[in-house]
Amino acid sequence: MPNKQLMKDPLNLIITGVGGQGNVMISLIIGNAFVRDGYLVTIGETYGASQRGGPVMSHLRISKNTQYSPFIPNGSADIILGMEPVETLRMLGKYGNPNVITIINPRPIYSIDVTVGQAQYPELEKLIQTIKELSAKTWLINATEEAQKMGSHMFANAILIGALIGSGVLPLTRKSIEPVLRETFPKEIETNLAALDKGIKLVKS
Amino acid sequence: MANIEIDAPGTSQLFIGNEAIARGALEAGIGFAAAYPGTPSSEILGSLAQVAKKMGIYAEWSINEMVAMEAAAGASYAGIRALAPMKQNGVNVVSDFLSNLVMTGIGKAGLVLVSCDDPSAISSSNEQDTRPVAKWLDIPLVEPGDFQEAKDMTKWLFELAEELGTICMLRSVTRIAHARGNVKLGELPTKKHKARFEQTHDLKNVMPTTLIPVPSPFRHFLLHMKLNKARDKFESSPFNKYAGPEKPELLIITSGSCWLYSQDAIDALKMRDKVGILKLGTLWPLPEKFVIEHLNKSNKVLFVEEIDPFIERAIMELAGNLPSDAVRPAFYGKRSGHINAFGELNPDLVIKAVSSILGIEYQARDVDYSNKVESIVKSNVPERTMTFCAGCPHRATFWSIKNALKLDGRDGFVTGDIGCYSMAIGPAGFFQVRTMHCMGGGAGVANGLGKLGQFGFDQPVIAVVGDSTFYHATIPALINGIYNRSKFILVILDNNATAMTGFQPHPGTGMTAMGEPTEVVSMEGLCRALGAQVKVCDPFDLKASTDTLLKMMADDGGAKVVIMRRSCELVRAKKEKTPYKVRVDANKCIGESCGCDRLCTRIFLCPGLVWDKKTGKSKIDEVVCSGCGVCADVCPQGAIVREAACLISS
Repeated sequence: MPNKQLMKDPLNLIITGVGGQGNVMISLIIGNAFVRDGYLVTIGETYGASQRGGPVMSHLRISKNTQYSPFIPNGSADIILGMEPVETLRMLGKYGNPNVITIINPRPIYSIDVTVGQAQYPELEKLIQTIKELSAKTWLINATEEAQKMGSHMFANAILIGALIGSGVLPLTRKSIEPVLRETFPKEIETNLAALDKGIKLVKS
Repeated sequence: MANIEIDAPGTSQLFIGNEAIARGALEAGIGFAAAYPGTPSSEILGSLAQVAKKMGIYAEWSINEMVAMEAAAGASYAGIRALAPMKQNGVNVVSDFLSNLVMTGIGKAGLVLVSCDDPSAISSSNEQDTRPVAKWLDIPLVEPGDFQEAKDMTKWLFELAEELGTICMLRSVTRIAHARGNVKLGELPTKKHKARFEQTHDLKNVMPTTLIPVPSPFRHFLLHMKLNKARDKFESSPFNKYAGPEKPELLIITSGSCWLYSQDAIDALKMRDKVGILKLGTLWPLPEKFVIEHLNKSNKVLFVEEIDPFIERAIMELAGNLPSDAVRPAFYGKRSGHINAFGELNPDLVIKAVSSILGIEYQARDVDYSNKVESIVKSNVPERTMTFCAGCPHRATFWSIKNALKLDGRDGFVTGDIGCYSMAIGPAGFFQVRTMHCMGGGAGVANGLGKLGQFGFDQPVIAVVGDSTFYHATIPALINGIYNRSKFILVILDNNATAMTGFQPHPGTGMTAMGEPTEVVSMEGLCRALGAQVKVCDPFDLKASTDTLLKMMADDGGAKVVIMRRSCELVRAKKEKTPYKVRVDANKCIGESCGCDRLCTRIFLCPGLVWDKKTGKSKIDEVVCSGCGVCADVCPQGAIVREAACLISS
């Protein structure tokens, strides 16, 4: 039985972004860390046809004693980790509530509908402001920008995981994430660990 | 993928349902597994193949589900426990073999079919329910309600199959197959496998493996005896369970992932003390006594299941056979309209059904917040229409097909098939694909169209098919076309992988599921041997591809095959560095005044190319661009520049 406390049981965490960004990877790392700490975790994911370019979400349901369904009921998200801003808003629309906490990477990824001109991508500053207004608390983490400085936009995932655990909203520590990260990225572990620390630092600053 | 072979009994692992099934098969001591990739089932064989050598088992990607199922039956006949996992469409492919296999029975070793259904057709061409197949063919059927059950049921099913002497089926759905959850591991067997086909020449003791000389009707009778035995065992199965008050106001009868949704729903409604849930794990034959015993608990029963009213109909039929003085509850479900008869379910849909039956008001969240967020999302969240990945060779191929058909000028069109390229029915492939059904269906439809010349039909017909789909189900259609002189062009989109399901190898790749090098079954060699005229093109060479297609369309001669060969971008990117650094020369791009109608960003539709509203010019999104450089050939102004980035393999 885990000894650290969840702020709610089940804790409903959504990780969202665009297919190809690394949604599944983040949910796996967080999920595995929780399972190793003794929790019951259910993860529901959209993938398959949405491997690239489509809106993707992972629903993580974390509990001390119940294996929940892979769908978070409407209006019941506790935390949303948004790898892309408009996708964060999409999730708030269905799963948000006045108590929801959001952590967002503000780097937009335009859909072909936007590129063609059939749809409008909202103005970024206003979009971020809206997300803040719809959340009880919001952290803005420039993960893609910081990752590019480290050599590749792909390190944004580790930065966001760092932000998630650094924010203190989960009963997970760097210590519980590090071994899972080492198993997931054996080749580029040093940069990923640096990215993890960067995320922890960014969320605390 | 997770380490399904980890030897740590008692520990809890985070597995997707498919990995749990694979682990269950390992714990059951299988020696043989065969499958064709199909979402949401692919990771079962994929994860077994990954550990096959280490575990001393054999796993293969077969060319289609039928061969996989037949091969697995072969293993069973030689005393090796065997597994054949597939997606729902695969069950159709194997149904002819299955309908005979149930008559002969299996070998001494257990044989299990896993069908992963895809309610809502998230990654499928249809959302067919395979449970009725089990009923139709008299196959014992179970369905896991969570990840632990996925493992435990799989393991148990091999024992059951052996005890009954018939194939058993496990049905899973996307939200078990592809969802993740805790699985507590059991022991892995240490027994070594020994295969031998035991022959008998005694006419009184006929071979179980043939359909003669014992008459089929008698075998059918024997099969029903097996089903009766299965029903008796199911009556006391721990996979069927009831949780709730002794006399609930409402009894939910459910199975699979719908069991999890039902629990979520009554939790959200705070009605654990008023609503009971009867969860069925053994679905066919129905454990009738067990069900009747619980049917009396409430005067209201709601069936919560996806797609077909399988449990609903079976239990209503059962209730119809109750004594005339028996009390029958009111039934709610698909027939009453409380549960959708299409699409997948979720906790919210169950909440809606339960609140409607019990007359409860339910608010998921604060009403003001709800109104506000819904109105904001409506006007601020753009759609993300599916498209090919940046650098996908299919985009280039459909670009050439579109241009060739236009230049030909006879209103030609494309018949489609199953794979990533199915997206060509939409903007991703410039709306070129006009028909799309099942694996191999496009070439078959083209066969008919190509024979309509005598009725004045003169439109060119191009059948597109992926490389893996070509081997799976297209070769008979090609032979038919050659034999019957049907006029169509078969375009094989050879991206060197079964891309859509996770890049599994196929007979054209020279690699087996277990990572062993093998003979390449050359698709051009095969097509030429059949007598077809064959051309191989690089889809990134837009001009040569378009010219080849045009020439083929103008040629009145016999069967024609064009192979568009270039590796899937996601496969290439794992092995090589980006070929080009692509940029838009802002001095050359003249934006809307070009007259090209923004060919690059309005028509070509690569997600790596975006439109910069501020400058009114197109722009590369360096996070998305894969550096294929094809767009440089699309831009009439030559404003898109590709510069060699690194052509050396890493």
